[in-house]
Amino acid sequence: MSANEQSMRRVTAIRNGTVIDHVPGGMSLTVLKMLGIGGVMSNPVSLLMNVPSKKLVSKDIIKVEDRELNQNELDRLALVAPDASISIIRAYSVAEKLTINLSEEITNVARCSFSNCITSNSREPLPHRLLIVARDPLEIRCHYCGKLQEINDLVERLI
Amino acid sequence: MPGLITMEDLTNEEIISILDDAERLLPIACGERYLPLLRGRILGNLFFEPSTRTRMSFETAMKRLGGDVINLGDVKNSSVVKGETLYDTIQMIDGYSDIIAMRHPRQGAAQYAADACKVPILNGGDGAGHHPTQTMLDLFTIRQAHGTLENLRVVLAGDLRYGRTVHSLSHALVRFGCKVIFASPKSLSMPTEIIADIVNQGGDVEETEDLLSEINQADVIYMTRIQKERFPDEDEYLKVADAYKLHARDLDDAKSEMIIMHPLPRVEEIHPSVDKTRYARYFEQAFNGVVTRMSLMCWLLGVGVPEDVIAASEVIG
Repeated sequence: MSANEQSMRRVTAIRNGTVIDHVPGGMSLTVLKMLGIGGVMSNPVSLLMNVPSKKLVSKDIIKVEDRELNQNELDRLALVAPDASISIIRAYSVAEKLTINLSEEITNVARCSFSNCITSNSREPLPHRLLIVARDPLEIRCHYCGKLQEINDLVERLI
Repeated sequence: MPGLITMEDLTNEEIISILDDAERLLPIACGERYLPLLRGRILGNLFFEPSTRTRMSFETAMKRLGGDVINLGDVKNSSVVKGETLYDTIQMIDGYSDIIAMRHPRQGAAQYAADACKVPILNGGDGAGHHPTQTMLDLFTIRQAHGTLENLRVVLAGDLRYGRTVHSLSHALVRFGCKVIFASPKSLSMPTEIIADIVNQGGDVEETEDLLSEINQADVIYMTRIQKERFPDEDEYLKVADAYKLHARDLDDAKSEMIIMHPLPRVEEIHPSVDKTRYARYFEQAFNGVVTRMSLMCWLLGVGVPEDVIAASEVIG
């Protein structure tokens, strides 16, 4: 049995829902926060953290029962888990495989981290726009003030 | 409508074309001739923080071209103190004017305003961000002195961290193949993302703390004011500020065609003894704000400047 299969079997298979694999180790709680999952009224969620991975040094796996995440929701994860792979599960089988698309702009996912940016006034109504100006390594700038953004700072400023 | 938010909004060809138009408009800017190219147009002057030269030169530029101006006035007496958002203020001025000149203490405010309204925005300074209309008048002044913008050696000196004029200018200069030398104390050095941008553009830049040793090779020395409030105490300020002051006696070995510029206001960084030398250009530079802003407003409003301005205009008086 491969390490991946071992990891997957640490928790029981789900009947219907979404499995998010290859989340960088330790980032799954952030992913859940970004997807708005995990509150009192949430669907059942299984979480594996810091399991060995060939692709990443360590990875997290998230299984959300009875909820199929859509592409828009998943694309929000590009900031923290750009290489995650997603399986939509129906009747215990993989019905669909999705990947995360890093688009040219991330809108209303996180606030600019620069304290003097015009968007730091929470009453200003225009969307929070972050531009992907380079992909490898990932380089993100605020559309308005042009300041380079650190991923860790953005994670602290999720909307 | 985007307007002019950063120098990235203009190609090199557009910059040259706007400067050419500005040059033809000089007799109008001087008040020698009258040419109402912008008659019936209204400029909304939205200055959320103090400005003398930028606000007044925008106003003069619009009036010299036959247009009119409305002013936000003192921010303390406006709806801003009641908590009005920039978005709401812009919506209102958008309806009152054909073009807006804006200065705001927050970085990114000009882009935000441009996204929020239909008329063109001219960024007159947003926090420590950009000040492209100042850059255009700086380029005009440099071209006036040297006949070209290409391959010059330009020293930018003083407060390069918080001085927004030097941010926009350095971007523009490297696009014309200029060598740019950043002369500043370490604590006020050019922000890393701006240096990274310039290097990515293929720009040739150097950093130094020694302004005086750069004088003899420079084609342009661009001075900026070092502000006391950037330093923890007066002694620290005095130690640093002394190294970034120019006196006429420092210029003995300068090239004959070298020019000294400053966005003004100056405090002590250029000694009055420099004013009478052939190198001083800062007062002409301030005047050039009128003519370049005339040209920019024509360009953004789609109004062509006649090839023969003298024939198209009338003598005043």
